[in-house]
Amino acid sequence: MAQLNSDFWASKRRIDAFRKSLALATILVLSVSMVVPLLWMVAISLKASENVFQLPPWNVDWKWANYVDAWYPFGRPSFTGDWWADLQAMLFEKESFWWYLGNTLVVTSLSVAGVLLSSATVAFGFARLKFPYRNALFIIVIGTMMVPSQVTMIPTYILFSKIGWTNSWLPLIIPAWLGGGAYNIFLLRQFFMGIPHDLDEAAKIDGCSTFGIFWRIMLPLSLPALVTVGVFAIVWNWNDFLNPLIYLQDSTKFTLALGLNQFRSLSGDKTNLMMAAATVVLLPILVLFFVGQKYFIQGIATTGLKG
Amino acid sequence: MASSSPQISRLKGSTREAIAGFLFTLPWILGFVLFMGGPILFSLFLSFGKWDGVSGINGIQWVGLDNFREMATDQRFFKAVYNTFVYTAASVPLTMAGAILVALLMNQKLKGIAFFRTIFYLPSVTAGVASAFLWFFIFQPDYGLLNYSIRLVAHIANVFVNLVLPVDIAVHGPQWLADPAWVKTAYVLMSLWGVGSGMIIYLAGLQGIPEQLYEAADIDGANAWQQFMNVTLPMLSPVIFFNLILTVIGSFQIFTQAFVLSGGQGAPADSALFYVLYVYQQAFQLFKFGYASALAWVLFLVILVATLIQFKFSGWVYYEGDLKN
Repeated sequence: MAQLNSDFWASKRRIDAFRKSLALATILVLSVSMVVPLLWMVAISLKASENVFQLPPWNVDWKWANYVDAWYPFGRPSFTGDWWADLQAMLFEKESFWWYLGNTLVVTSLSVAGVLLSSATVAFGFARLKFPYRNALFIIVIGTMMVPSQVTMIPTYILFSKIGWTNSWLPLIIPAWLGGGAYNIFLLRQFFMGIPHDLDEAAKIDGCSTFGIFWRIMLPLSLPALVTVGVFAIVWNWNDFLNPLIYLQDSTKFTLALGLNQFRSLSGDKTNLMMAAATVVLLPILVLFFVGQKYFIQGIATTGLKG
Repeated sequence: MASSSPQISRLKGSTREAIAGFLFTLPWILGFVLFMGGPILFSLFLSFGKWDGVSGINGIQWVGLDNFREMATDQRFFKAVYNTFVYTAASVPLTMAGAILVALLMNQKLKGIAFFRTIFYLPSVTAGVASAFLWFFIFQPDYGLLNYSIRLVAHIANVFVNLVLPVDIAVHGPQWLADPAWVKTAYVLMSLWGVGSGMIIYLAGLQGIPEQLYEAADIDGANAWQQFMNVTLPMLSPVIFFNLILTVIGSFQIFTQAFVLSGGQGAPADSALFYVLYVYQQAFQLFKFGYASALAWVLFLVILVATLIQFKFSGWVYYEGDLKN
């Protein structure tokens, strides 16, 4: 019996080892196809403008100066020789990626805070509270996901221009605080509905208020879902192009996506600078994802229930 | 509390719960009225009218159903509908299956998995304008990366073939964005590059499946495939359902890539004229806001019907925490 058992486990280990190496091989092949276009982007960003499309693709000039020039789509401020004045001129040039970076950080953080707070609040209402017309309202939430943004774009623009909010960040931030997007409400509602009702029943018996159940039980248990929504919201705001394009005219208020677009309107031989700028814009998101993804690993929703 | 009868306190509780329910959902209700309901009604009104957008609200002419009659004879409208359906039919199943496969791979306990997760997610975070331009270069027939890779693979294959046979296999990559027959394949390839965003949702779902279920299945002697079919898929089904709806809607609304890659025109030969691009052309290039609103409304109704069908057939979705009243 003991012999049979150890044979069973040995064969199981062999199968596991085989499966793992098969998975690893697939992962390696697929990740090469994922990453090669991006490596090409970085390679182009390091080429001299006359060699941009020279083959083979890995024929790189290592022109790191592109990364300095890319910060200034309209040219670097000229140096005076006084390093302190030069540094100030470099950092506070308003048509530069430093400035756009600051703008994007402000807009993104205020919008994402709004998205997280309001979508979680609304999703909790739909997932756990019984109130009249709840199902009808939720069908409308689903319905709004199906509305092409082109349907609402023109009337919404007219609304914001009537109250004088155009050429400001308010049209980019305020809508996030009012619902936080149907997709996020739907996603969080699905997660909340997966959490067993016994937990809120127990908390209710212990005298916990509705808000307490939301804040102290549902939110901590849904941390992986919230991180997911947060990462999506950050990425979406970071890359959003259409809304800033419609609402921002003053280039000192531009976000990074609009800054990138400036390269497009300039003469065509700045492809290398555009790719350098795109690489720089991508980096913070990359770091954020690398740090944030450990929350997915922990799977807090389940460990919270096991304990 | 102790003195009130159970009947009364339950009644009070349900009223209080209703008030709480409205308070919790109030932010969305406000946002809906301001940024959805109002604008939708306005554009519905516009779809029965004729408006150039410049002549002020008073310049809107009521034309009844004329905009919808115009569609029936509009060849480009039918072309846009056809293109969008072909793209959706190809890209939705492929990106869904791809995202689930990648999520399963990324859910393995392997060394350096965080690194690989980042790699797969990378493409979906690249800025819209920049990544569209990157793909424009990748699809270039002569100096583009894709055809270069095809030539490279063909060359290596030839080296091996030449060991046995003295023939050269000549492989020419397609013209991609310049060839109407290959344009949609190019867009589907681009959409596959973005499987990372779906993968993240599936991964979060996979992480939420309790380990005990797999342990129990192991003890019952279920093999990996049986565990996948009987544990993973049912537990993941709410997330799959969510992603299915989201992916279908997203692919009906493909715009930015088509706008940048086809120069805003849907070239070549209208083969990249997707529906929303056509709406954009009517509104912002021809300033036919009435017709554009009517087109947008038709898209809205098509998406609505497609989603209702998916809900109708959502019996396969399994909710663990749902009491089903």
